[in-house]
Amino acid sequence: MNFQHRQSAHCESGVMANLLSHAGLPMSEPMAFGLGSGLAFAYLPIVKLSGLPLIAYRMPPRHIIRTLAKRLGARLTSATFRDPEKGRLALDRALDEGRPTGMQTSVFWLPYIPEQMRFHFNAHNLVAYGRDGDDYLLSDPVLEEAVRCPAQALQKARFVKGALAPKGLLYWVEDVPREHDWERLVRKSILSTTRIIDSAPLPWIGIRGIRHLARQVRELDPANRKYNRLYLTHIVRMQEEIGTGGAGFRFMYASFLDEAGQLINAPALNEASARLTLIGDDWRQFALACVRWCRSKEEAGSFAEIAEILDRIALAERGLLADLSRWSKGKA
Amino acid sequence: MRIDEVPQDHSSTYGGHSKLVYAVDETGHYQRAQSDGWDAEAYATELAVHELEEQEASAWADCRAGRVSPLLPLMYRYRFDEPGLAMAAGLWRWRLRRHFRPAVFRRLPARVLARYAEAFGLSVDDLRRYQQEPGA
Repeated sequence: MNFQHRQSAHCESGVMANLLSHAGLPMSEPMAFGLGSGLAFAYLPIVKLSGLPLIAYRMPPRHIIRTLAKRLGARLTSATFRDPEKGRLALDRALDEGRPTGMQTSVFWLPYIPEQMRFHFNAHNLVAYGRDGDDYLLSDPVLEEAVRCPAQALQKARFVKGALAPKGLLYWVEDVPREHDWERLVRKSILSTTRIIDSAPLPWIGIRGIRHLARQVRELDPANRKYNRLYLTHIVRMQEEIGTGGAGFRFMYASFLDEAGQLINAPALNEASARLTLIGDDWRQFALACVRWCRSKEEAGSFAEIAEILDRIALAERGLLADLSRWSKGKA
Repeated sequence: MRIDEVPQDHSSTYGGHSKLVYAVDETGHYQRAQSDGWDAEAYATELAVHELEEQEASAWADCRAGRVSPLLPLMYRYRFDEPGLAMAAGLWRWRLRRHFRPAVFRRLPARVLARYAEAFGLSVDDLRRYQQEPGA
């Protein structure tokens, strides 16, 4: 099977961009991310990872896949399996039929992922496009090149138990319309993102979530050095390491605005892209400030200074989203 | 982030790989670019890995002293936390905690051990071996 592997910044948007391109609708990863309304922010104090809150810079797993398929009118088939053996046979059948098959896996059990990056994150996405002996041929979108993976390891990664268990999820694009009213799609997807980030009813989602995080940082107890270091680096890891990171998602969305602005000839989007680039740069400054605090033996700046960066980001994102919301309703 | 600002810090945490990032070129438009590491991120990753290694080492010490079962250090070795391991093994968290007690763990039937073995990607015999020679 001839499948074009393209490295991506994020697994879910990358898999969808590659599957749609294969199905005949050429699509970049940022477009898949933007049209799938993937951007978000959430601070989830109830979901604990080693005792620390889950901080997400994008929508929950499977959101991009579902939203994108719906908006583009793509026929997407998906299946999960209670019996791992049936899940294995279904994958082999799909590959024999010549379908590149998207799937959800754990990161921890994929042998080709660098050791230090292997954590128990069960909502990783990749594409299988063939078999060779006892190996599967995989297009894992976060890697530079396509890879091979022993069947046994892939089976383990597909059927781990735990939070966000993949249950062997497989999906493929049956077919997708080639013609679209891009302007309507872009407006719709941007409006949906502004609603998610700026008008969520919960105090942990979107702009309010960023402010909430700022408050948490400001209220850290300086005496509690060990916890502070773990907490601050945890934020940085959630931002930069887990599936491309917060700054990464901001830059990817800015890239979407840039591409969409050129596609439908809307200079307002290119301006918005430039503003979001600056916001992404601020997210990186925030990560640097967190690490600087952890590294220094002496007090390197106060928590208030770090929190101020977040407040600045919240303000800038709110302003940008308000303008994008106006644009997407055709008022600007 | 401009293309010339994309960090290239050769971080060992990337294991020789590069990540794809999106960055702005001279004309102000976005391009694909690769980054082979960023010190700030690598520092955070290494700190987290180091923390787990420390927890594992101190748990093995407790295990050799007979204060905990090998389940606790193995949990850290395989990068689980308590809720994570409980879910991966399909057991209630209070049962997992109980199994941290050496006397309770020693009497566990093979079918319960098999659940932990699967979560760790080990065999039941491997688990029993850890029981006999902690830290091996």
